Order: sequence, then structure tokens, then C-alpha cells
Amino acid sequence: MNSAAADGQVPHHESELIVRTRDVAKTYVLGEHVVRALDGVSLDVHRGEYVSIMGPSGSGKSTLFNVIGGLDKPDKGSVYINEVDIAQLTPSELAFLRCHTIGYIFQTFNLIQVRTALENVTLPMLFAGMNAEEADEKGAQLLDAVGLGERLHHRPTELSGGQQQRVAIARALANAPAILLADEPTGNLDLRTGKEIIELLRRLNDERGVTIISATHDLKMLDVSDRIVYIRDGQIAKIETRGDLELSLGSVEGIGEEKW
Amino acid sequence: MSSTKRKPTMLEIAFAQAVKSIYVRFWRQVAAALGVVLGIAFFASVRTSQALTHLAPSGTADAEWATRLNWLSALSLVMCLVGISNSMLMSVTERYREIGTLKCLGASDRFVVFVFFLEALVLGVLASLVGTILGIGVAIGARAISDSVPDAPDVILAALRVGGISMLVGVALTVVASVLPAMQAARMPAAAALRVEV
Ligand SMILES: Nc1ncnc2c1ncn2[C@@H]1O[C@H](COP(=O)(O)OP(=O)(O)OP(=O)(O)O)[C@@H](O)[C@H]1O
Ligand SMILES: [Mg+2]
Repeated sequence: MNSAAADGQVPHHESELIVRTRDVAKTYVLGEHVVRALDGVSLDVHRGEYVSIMGPSGSGKSTLFNVIGGLDKPDKGSVYINEVDIAQLTPSELAFLRCHTIGYIFQTFNLIQVRTALENVTLPMLFAGMNAEEADEKGAQLLDAVGLGERLHHRPTELSGGQQQRVAIARALANAPAILLADEPTGNLDLRTGKEIIELLRRLNDERGVTIISATHDLKMLDVSDRIVYIRDGQIAKIETRGDLELSLGSVEGIGEEKW
Repeated sequence: MSSTKRKPTMLEIAFAQAVKSIYVRFWRQVAAALGVVLGIAFFASVRTSQALTHLAPSGTADAEWATRLNWLSALSLVMCLVGISNSMLMSVTERYREIGTLKCLGASDRFVVFVFFLEALVLGVLASLVGTILGIGVAIGARAISDSVPDAPDVILAALRVGGISMLVGVALTVVASVLPAMQAARMPAAAALRVEV
């Protein structure tokens, strides 16, 4: 089953697979209506990659995000994080995974409203068992790194959308996760702020080597991604690598078609 | 994480979170508490009237009046149950997103439930205390207006007994009405909790 490395489309061919999904399927039944939100998705993501998941509304991006992040269970298929099948984890092991290995970023920011920016960022560290002073210090550093060093003690309601998303990014990085999962992180932001957030994510990917998987509608995201996974009706339609894009803007249609 | 690490324990983090939540959401919490206050005040006042009638049947009192008080007492308990569970259910449902987010940050289900338990405990104790004092005060006052009040020591004893029961009922109902929906929310997949819009 270990089909790792050596498919030419992947720029990080030396590195190990950090996320692997195999034939993941998720169906929603609404009365008579059956929606195949995911229909046999097999995707490999290498450590350090920046992967964008593109697709029209309702194509299954958020569902894939939830399933990869262990926020929802697939009906069929498996998700491996660091080669561990997350379906096998106990609830407390899953909580540990969410705390240490994955950082989540949402379109709606999802900050804890009753906590200040700094308190939002330190909460996952406290969950991880760090002491309060150390967490405050590290939290301030992270907020500084995302450009919010001056806003440590503001509550979410006192911050703009872009600032809230920066807090959310700092919080997602709290326990130095290997993976950042983002679901339309620029969806609620204006053009310029969205661009800044995308640049910030790219920089974090470069500097910290954190793997980024981002569902998006945002075409600005294409420029910074190592790979773009197009999904349609719950299936992977095609995969493009950065090289494909740069060489010939879209003329090599379907070059990275996934076949397992 | 379940093992107690050096600095803040899970209990301390949960406590801090509960305190912040009460503090920042103060007026929303007061609104929820009002349901508890009113329910318990009604319950305590009926119970107090009952005890007073028992101590010294007032001139007008007869068997019919006693049965009516029994009915009222049962009714007030039902009102408490409905009122309290309604206001607590509302305030938990409003916070499904927060529960989903906490889980994304690595909170265990137990942590989430514990935060709600602590909040409900504080809220339940304060609201029940206010309601109890209000209810007993009103009942004794009403009796004093219409009729003579029995001997002070007897009244105090009766008030203490009614107060104890009212506090117990109020706190227990508040905590249960908050913890049950919180448990349900904590157990569901985080994605489902995050999707809930109120
Ligand atoms: N909880 C749910 N119950 C029923 N159907 C659902 C649920 N969640 C998603 N779906 C359906 O599954 C499909 C995929 O939804 P999903 O949210 O993954 O799309 P998406 O690609 O993220 O869309 P968008 O770009 O609009 O966010 C849609 O048809 C949607 O209606
Ligand atoms: Mg979506």
C-alpha cells in the first residue's frame, strides 16, 4: 500500500507522507435525497507542502477538511495522519492529535469570544500542559509573528476580520503543529486583507515548514500553492503542481490525474 | 493531557474559562439566571405558605386550602423544571460553536462538560439563593398582611427547611439542565457542533 515518493508530480519527493486519505467517502441523507459529499477521495500530502483544494460550492471541500482534521468521520475509507489511521484513535488520542499535530483555521475565524487574543492563543498550550508564564511568552511571540504584537489584550469583538484571522492563525500554530488545515481562510475578508493572509500562510509554510492544506475559492491562493487539487462532486477531478502552472498556464490539462 | 501536568491543571483551566465566561457574558447569564430565580421563588413561596399553614392554621384555612397548596407546590416544581431547563438549554445551544472550537484546540469532552458544570454551579447557587430569599420573604410578608404570623423560632426553622430544599432543587435542576445538553454537544463530532448556527 505504500505508494510513497517518486511520483514525479510531487515537488517534495524525498519527504514522507504526512496526510494520506484512501477512498474516503461521506454521504449525507436528507429525506429522499442522497448527497455524496465525498466519493472515493485518495490524496497524498507530503510534509512541508502547500496544497490548495479548489472546487465549486458544494463540491465537498469542507467535508474533506473535516474528515482530514478528525472533526468528522468518513463513512468509508481511511485517513492517515503520520501513517496512523485516525479512525483507530480513542477520543483522548484524537484530542491529543488536535492539540499537537493539527492547527485549524476557519472562514468564520471561530475565536473564543470571551477570551482575549493572547488568551485564545495560549489556550491550546495550556491544554498541552505548558505552564502559564511560558504560554504567555510564546503566545505573545506568535501574535507578534502574525503582526498583532500590539493587540494582545483585545477581545475578538474589538478586532477587525483580518486581525481576527491572524489571531486564529497564531492560535493554530500554538503547539507547533505539523499541519495547518484551513477552510476558506480568506472567504470573509476583502481582497487586500485576503492577500495579506495568503502571504502570511505562505511565509509560515516557508519559515516553519508547516504543511498547509487549504480549501479555497480564492484564485490568489493559486500563486502560492505547491499543488492544487480540484474536486468536483466529491471526487478529485485533477491535480496541478506549481510547475504545471508556471510553465504553461493551464495548457497541460490533466497532467497530474490521480489514479490508484 | 488527562494526567496532571506541572502548572495549571485541567480543573484550573476549566475554572478560569468558566469565570471568564460568566464575567464577559454577564448580562446574558443574568437573563438565564432570571428563569431560575423566578422558578425557585415561586417554589419557595408556596412551600413557605404551606409550612406556615401547617404551623398555625389561619382563620380562613380549611382542608380545601391545604389541598390547593399541595397542587400549587407540585405545579411550582413543574414550572421550575420547565423554566430552568429552557433557559439553560438555550444558553448551551448558543454555544455549540464554542464547544466545537474548544475541541479543535485539543479540549477533551470531559473538559467541555466540566466548564459547563462549573458555570451552572455558580449560576445555580447564586440564582437559587436570590430566588429562595425572595420566595420565602414574599410568603411570610403575605401571611403577615392577611393574618398573624406564628412564633418567630418556628417560622425561622420552617424557613430554613424550605430554604434548604429550594436551594437543593434549584442547584440540582440548573446543573443537570446545563450538563446534559453540554454532554450531548461534546460527544457529537466537532464538525457537527461547529455547523450549528443559532
Ligand atoms: N451536515 C450536512 N448535512 C447534509 N448535507 C451536507 C452536510 N454537510 C455538507 N452537506 C452536503 O455535502 C455537499 C458538500 O458540502 P461541503 O460543505 O463539503 O461543500 P464545499 O465544497 O465546502 O462548499 P462551499 O464552497 O460552499 O463551502 C453539499 O452538497 C452539501 O449540501
Ligand atoms: Mg465549505
